Amino acid sequence: MNAAPSAAAPSDLTARLTGLVDALRAHGVRVGTGETVDAARAVEALGLEDRELLQEGLAATLLHTTGQRPVFDAVFDLYFPRAVGAPEAGPADREDLRERLAAALADDDAELMARLAVEAVDGFGGYGSSPASDGWSSYQTLERLRPQTLLARVRDEVRTRGGAPGFGDRLLEDEIRRRVEGFRRLVAAEARRRVAERRGRDEIARRAVAPSADRVDFLFAGKDRLAELRRTVQPLARKLATRLAARRRRAARGRIDLRRTLRGSLSTGGVPMRPVLRRRRPARPELVLLCDVSGSVSGFSDFTMLLVQALHDQFSKVRVFAFVNRIDEVTGLLVHGAADPEGLGARIRDEATLTGWHGSSDYGTALGEFTERYADAVGPRTTVFVLGDARTNMGDPNLPAVRELTGRARRVYWLNPEQRSRWGTGDSAALEYAGLVEMHECRTVRQLSALVGRLLPV
Amino acid sequence: MFTSVDDVSARLAATGYLASPAVATTVFLADRLGKPLLVEGPAGVGKTELAKAVAQVAGARLVRLQCYEGVDESRALYEWNHAKQLLRISAGRDETWDETRTDIFGEEFLLPRPLLTAIRGDDPKVLLIDETDKADVEVEGLLLEVLSDFQVTVPELGTVTATRRPFVVLTSNATRELSEALRRRCLFLHIGFPDAELERRIVRLKVPGIDAALAESVVRVVGALRAMDLRKVPSVAETIDWARTLLALGADTLDGSVVRDSLGVILKHQDDVLKAAAKLDLDAG
Repeated sequence: MNAAPSAAAPSDLTARLTGLVDALRAHGVRVGTGETVDAARAVEALGLEDRELLQEGLAATLLHTTGQRPVFDAVFDLYFPRAVGAPEAGPADREDLRERLAAALADDDAELMARLAVEAVDGFGGYGSSPASDGWSSYQTLERLRPQTLLARVRDEVRTRGGAPGFGDRLLEDEIRRRVEGFRRLVAAEARRRVAERRGRDEIARRAVAPSADRVDFLFAGKDRLAELRRTVQPLARKLATRLAARRRRAARGRIDLRRTLRGSLSTGGVPMRPVLRRRRPARPELVLLCDVSGSVSGFSDFTMLLVQALHDQFSKVRVFAFVNRIDEVTGLLVHGAADPEGLGARIRDEATLTGWHGSSDYGTALGEFTERYADAVGPRTTVFVLGDARTNMGDPNLPAVRELTGRARRVYWLNPEQRSRWGTGDSAALEYAGLVEMHECRTVRQLSALVGRLLPV
Repeated sequence: MFTSVDDVSARLAATGYLASPAVATTVFLADRLGKPLLVEGPAGVGKTELAKAVAQVAGARLVRLQCYEGVDESRALYEWNHAKQLLRISAGRDETWDETRTDIFGEEFLLPRPLLTAIRGDDPKVLLIDETDKADVEVEGLLLEVLSDFQVTVPELGTVTATRRPFVVLTSNATRELSEALRRRCLFLHIGFPDAELERRIVRLKVPGIDAALAESVVRVVGALRAMDLRKVPSVAETIDWARTLLALGADTLDGSVVRDSLGVILKHQDDVLKAAAKLDLDAG
């Protein structure tokens, strides 16, 4: 276990490479045999001396999109670790380590920080019965080391060194924060590596590496992940808009107008020489969104609202309604450009009347109120999307209101962020609603973009 | 073409293109494995420049295919010169049909477009297929034959196979997801924003007159802007523009008012400018 990877036998290297490929596949990265062969040729061409080059080379041959890179980096760290085993230095002293970390943060010395992360995990991350402890925890390491508390000290140190405070001074704190964030990531990677040495690489690669952003479950995504998702709204919308335009183009050509073709054929003796295509009325469809914004599904609703808003120029009219147990129109709050994605959810909950007597969601009442108050929003050109988990808190699902909605609208779709197997369990009325409207499981951004690209009317 | 990754970096740098290790490694591999290089990344990070720099290093001719919606076979591959064919037919009135036919589908009447140009001939070439995502899906099918076998089939002439493979660079801004089949045939390179150290070097290379301290603070501010949640984050091209502007304005250090006045150079949306001004606390001076 103490041999460096560069000294590994060729067969071991092949196994390591295929192990890496397997782990990537387990995370949904599609890697073919051809790419694996290319990767092996890349290793041959680059050699094993420089780890960074190896990483870039493998990424170039194995990956196809940018979004796969974070997963790849984490997996690569496990299969081609910086070092193996424990560091040679003895157990570190907390104060001493903090001292050196402060210096590294002040200098922005990436190499030293990587070394310190190794020492930190070794010194403070182990739990269970020492010396051969049972596991390594990045959480415990960071809890004991508390790198975020070094901020003021590092700032002062850089300031005294830098002399006169210039304009860059006001950027300093944020920069140091980003460095600390980087150190946290190093610690997490190191802890994962140490655990992998104990429990087997393959298992850890499958379990402990976070999935790429578009495969994260909306319902379980943390705050950071949701922020990351929000940043993908614009590019995703652009992609979907091109896809819609292509569908629209395809829909606009190719339908033969039989009557006019036959009429035209009279001049050529009844032989239809020139097919006449039906001209399509350029009618941009209308869209209505009904979003459950109660705590349990708000991440999903916020994201979808932003996405639809970013697509607004594809439709003649987009109206967005939010509800918890009462419904209110929030289209105005989503005005393009003015929408601050982070505060969106909070603003909707502040400014719109969404709750009546209690704070938990009630689909029946909200849908009933919608058909009563906003009946004019839905017409024969309207496509309605309902977003929510259909958990009515034991209330009446109010199926007649849904029936009325389906009768009036062109199409009604329901996007449910819950796993299909959990529909209808507990207080979920999903199966009842699914009997009336087309309900789709929509747990991740990947599923959402596939659905939106397919279901949005053209 | 290259002996090592360091060789790539050094020779690209000599042409004025400072490559990150990722870029240098991938270019080296593309050359070694003889595979096309698919480059993605935000606008203004030097995707097209990379192809130009490689062409310059290799002493190769740069053949460029600019993709746009509606680009087709006759724009990308080859076309018959109809007007010239007609002239030829009317010039040789007494010829038999067989003579004319073999004659007008010859090399002389072929108008090679970029893809065919790139694989014909023995001189080294770099083929740049720019903004591949703008082209229609059908064009990707066309590219598949060219990129995997480096050959083009012209029905009247037969198959033209490259005697010397061009170095191929495809760029994409990801407005559309390129097909999996095309991606498989390429090495993938994502050029992101460079790290602070590299960006400083780029600024000092591209804006020769700039003071080292000013370059450093320019890069720091741009880095801070990129960390904000903006609609359009500034790219390397904007950093360079900004550095040039500051130089032209005669500013030798950054302060609140200078940044506020020139923020329009790096940020292209009014709400971004407002947000950045608030976050950087510009009104404090």
